[in-house]
Amino acid sequence: MVVNSVHWFRKGLRLHDNPALQEALNSADTVRCVYILDPWFAGSANVGINRWRFLLESLEDLDSSLRKLDSRLFVVRGQPANVFPSLFKEWNVTRLTFEYDSEPYGKERDGAIIKMAQEFGVETIVRNSHTLYNLDRIVEMNNGSPPLTFKRFQALVNRLELPMKPLPTITQEQMGSCRTKIADNHDEHYSVPSLEELGFKTQGLDPAVWKGGESEALERLNKHLDRKAWVASFERARINMCSLIASPTGLSPYLRFGCLSCRVFYYNLRELYMKLRKNCSPPLSLFGQLLWREFFYAAGTNNPNFDRMEGNPICVQIPWDHNPEALAKWAEGSTGFPWIDAIMTQLRQEGWIHHLARHAVACFLTRGDLWISWESGMRVFEELLLDADWSVNAGSWMWLSCSAFFQQFFHCYCPVGFGRRTDPSGDYIRRYIPKLKDYPNRYIYEPWRAPESVQKAANCIVGVDYPKPMINHAEGSRLNIERMKQVYQQLSHYRGLSLLASVPTIQEEAEPPPTDDSQASSSTCESPPHTSSAQSNTLKRGRSSEPQSTQMCTHTKHQHTSTAKGDQVQQQEQWEEQSEHQPVDLQ
Amino acid sequence: SQRGEMKRVKGDEDACSSSSEGPTESCKKVRKLQPSKEKHQEEEEETDVDLCEFGFDWALLPQEILLNIFQFLPLLDRAYASQVCRGWNQAFHMPELWRCFEFELNQPASSYLKATHPDLIKQIIKRHSNHLQYVSFKVDSSTESAEAACDILSQLVNCSLKTLGLISTARPSFMELPKSHFISALTVVFVNSKSLSSLKIDDTPVDDPSLKVLVANNSDTLRMLKMSSCPHVSPAGILCVADQCHGLRELALNYHLLSDELLLALSSEKHVHLEHLRIDVVSENPGQHFHTIRKSSWDAMLRHSPKFNLVMYFFLYEDEFGPFFREEVPITHLYFGRSVSKDVLGRVGLHCPRLVELVVCANGLRPLDEELIRIAKRCTQLSAIGLGECEVSCSAFVEFVKMCGRRLSQLSIMEEVLIPDHKYNLDEIHWEVSKHLGRVWFPDMMPTW
Repeated sequence: MVVNSVHWFRKGLRLHDNPALQEALNSADTVRCVYILDPWFAGSANVGINRWRFLLESLEDLDSSLRKLDSRLFVVRGQPANVFPSLFKEWNVTRLTFEYDSEPYGKERDGAIIKMAQEFGVETIVRNSHTLYNLDRIVEMNNGSPPLTFKRFQALVNRLELPMKPLPTITQEQMGSCRTKIADNHDEHYSVPSLEELGFKTQGLDPAVWKGGESEALERLNKHLDRKAWVASFERARINMCSLIASPTGLSPYLRFGCLSCRVFYYNLRELYMKLRKNCSPPLSLFGQLLWREFFYAAGTNNPNFDRMEGNPICVQIPWDHNPEALAKWAEGSTGFPWIDAIMTQLRQEGWIHHLARHAVACFLTRGDLWISWESGMRVFEELLLDADWSVNAGSWMWLSCSAFFQQFFHCYCPVGFGRRTDPSGDYIRRYIPKLKDYPNRYIYEPWRAPESVQKAANCIVGVDYPKPMINHAEGSRLNIERMKQVYQQLSHYRGLSLLASVPTIQEEAEPPPTDDSQASSSTCESPPHTSSAQSNTLKRGRSSEPQSTQMCTHTKHQHTSTAKGDQVQQQEQWEEQSEHQPVDLQ
Repeated sequence: SQRGEMKRVKGDEDACSSSSEGPTESCKKVRKLQPSKEKHQEEEEETDVDLCEFGFDWALLPQEILLNIFQFLPLLDRAYASQVCRGWNQAFHMPELWRCFEFELNQPASSYLKATHPDLIKQIIKRHSNHLQYVSFKVDSSTESAEAACDILSQLVNCSLKTLGLISTARPSFMELPKSHFISALTVVFVNSKSLSSLKIDDTPVDDPSLKVLVANNSDTLRMLKMSSCPHVSPAGILCVADQCHGLRELALNYHLLSDELLLALSSEKHVHLEHLRIDVVSENPGQHFHTIRKSSWDAMLRHSPKFNLVMYFFLYEDEFGPFFREEVPITHLYFGRSVSKDVLGRVGLHCPRLVELVVCANGLRPLDEELIRIAKRCTQLSAIGLGECEVSCSAFVEFVKMCGRRLSQLSIMEEVLIPDHKYNLDEIHWEVSKHLGRVWFPDMMPTW
């Protein structure tokens, strides 16, 4: 029987460690590598030019790698559900392969395509390679719900076997046996589109800081490992001015588009660690960034409302403000806080910002200063951030806005102090806001405090050349901390004076701590403590041991979304909460 | 009796009070309960059951029992139930069910949240305003919402409120109203209620004269007053409240209203023991100078109310802390919302013997080792600590936890705070701290993504 395969690229834009592509090649007569893209949709989608450019570069790179194997990439214009029937017929397809997509939208789309393929008698093969672990397995191990704390997630991962070993790159031999004849007019129909074709104006477009594609990804991986080997330290590096700038060893956008396999990254790190640390098995913390990504994928995989507050069972319902003008100022980088504005400028220009910079701007937009919904911030990141994945983006925003995952909310990043701690000289700000370049270090984080003479000397008058701060941070954080407290006290039914006890905590599952010192001072080489018996998560509030619901929204949702209510019990509770100590005149 | 008129729950359309919804529609929404043979085993039944077949007449349910049931139902469910029969409709309007009400005033353009329906508001004002006792207004950031709250307030002429709360859920919108408008609405309640016990009016344009009205009408009953960030109140205004409302137990205000006189008034003989005093110290403009409170005033407070909680939230620039923590202060809960210097934290260790909770959002780049050890040594009540952007060496942190031991019920430390040293790395510290706390503990993490 003739096997005509189509491998459908979505993420996973690579030839190395691509199990679904390997399946496509497996004793096939022909193989076509397809990417489906709707140019009409491109302009209207909430995806910025940098992200499109990165994608197109990645596709170009894929095409050129396939050319080296005497094959080509077929970029098909249209929507998957519309183009597959004609592709199936035209190419007489018998096998369709693609990488597993764990996200609810992707699962739905893929389910429909699989069904359609069945109707056409096309076999579908789906392989997991975008994440290290089988996410459904993690959810299953956690009694059917995703782990909601990172510790819990780590504990589960610790019980899993190591991720699957990466597969080798597609070879000339493999491709040679199932080469498809490439038509002379291939480029006419299936070439990688240009940004212009997608409706973007490219005049005056700065060169890309992050060049898309598998080749670039693998080069960066080598540099990344070289640098790690050179530093020979796997500790968390202290952030400074240099960490804020796009690094030639940064990998996150490549992981997002699958130009780099997370398993290749994982095993390379692991081997390097074992080589340098004399065969000690590495601690989980070595894979921090990769695991955070998995954590959010796991949290989002069965939750179609993961990217919104309403109807999202893990999201605390917070009465955010609607304030389009303030949101626009934040998004455009004209808040009047140079630290925030520089970060947003870098994001818009380059498509990447350091994770602490993300914390800073996310906190400022939401619980820190502007009290605007994390959903709005998430959409701006979705447009601009190269590595913004649906799950990771929404999950991080919920985390940073203290909307989920049992976060203490007391800590607000100061839009002045945090930057100054990170980069005391303010060079980062000068780089992205040239208007402020002549400000002395002392005032560069708060130019509005500079005397007029200094502002004049720096050729930048606050309120004229650079905006005044849009909010009094002290006043804003005073208000917001009260509001967060209000929301969380309702959630935890805590009525005391303690700020920290307002947040419900999840009882971590772990072995009881060892009692003798010998065990406690384990060597650096040991992997972190393993966890014991599966004990379902119990939500606990500070000092009380009464079990609470694990659904973060149950209480607040009721409070905030019902049309009207006067439930006396509830009212009483609220009043008790407001009077903080004891209900006054309520009995 | 009217109760007897209702024979069937289902199908008797006449018994359902008319409403915007069709009567059949609303009847369907009433959950059907099937009384089972064992009394304790009442369970929900999905199928349509004619309740009369069981010889059970819901309409005969005594009002007291109905009331009891209704108290546990959200308003919307009560509204549906009220459409079942006349008896239930009467029950819906029982005064007991209208003592507490929370008005939610949100505009679609400024809030994600739904609002209390205007018709319901009208009905409450018309039929239940004299029943209202515990009322709160949750208001979003739009001026219209604050306006609407004032409109309702000014119509509460024949009610006697015990508690009133004006709560801004986003940017405080009461501040945007004309002051006179707000004051006249608020004083309607002050004048008519006469027995206000709790009043929460943070972030509003309340002023001294209106507080005088409050005092004149409610001095015997006022027990709680929260008025953080009310810029139109002066120290004299709040002093007048403290002088005359001797039952005041809880007070929240900004530091600029705090005076020695106020503390002395609160600790005068005729005054009850104060339970909570909450002070926000907010910097309005950089480099602001703050007055000091004499140690003797705090001592007087403490003598009078030995168990009172003093909660202080600081939102200051580092250089504005000059007058604070120079002498002993009876602070129990301390929050630093911005960067605070090592020096100030050192003073906290020296001068806050009653400290129960300490939260530090940020500090400079030098480790807080000695400061924390000193706090552990001298603040023997300390049971909660939170550290944000600070630095502490792992050894000093372990020492701190060891000194405090199990009384540390809240320990929230950002992972970045802990600096590995020759004794402990980050993996070990979790064990070591857990050991001293007697429970599993981890530092707080932030995503590295």
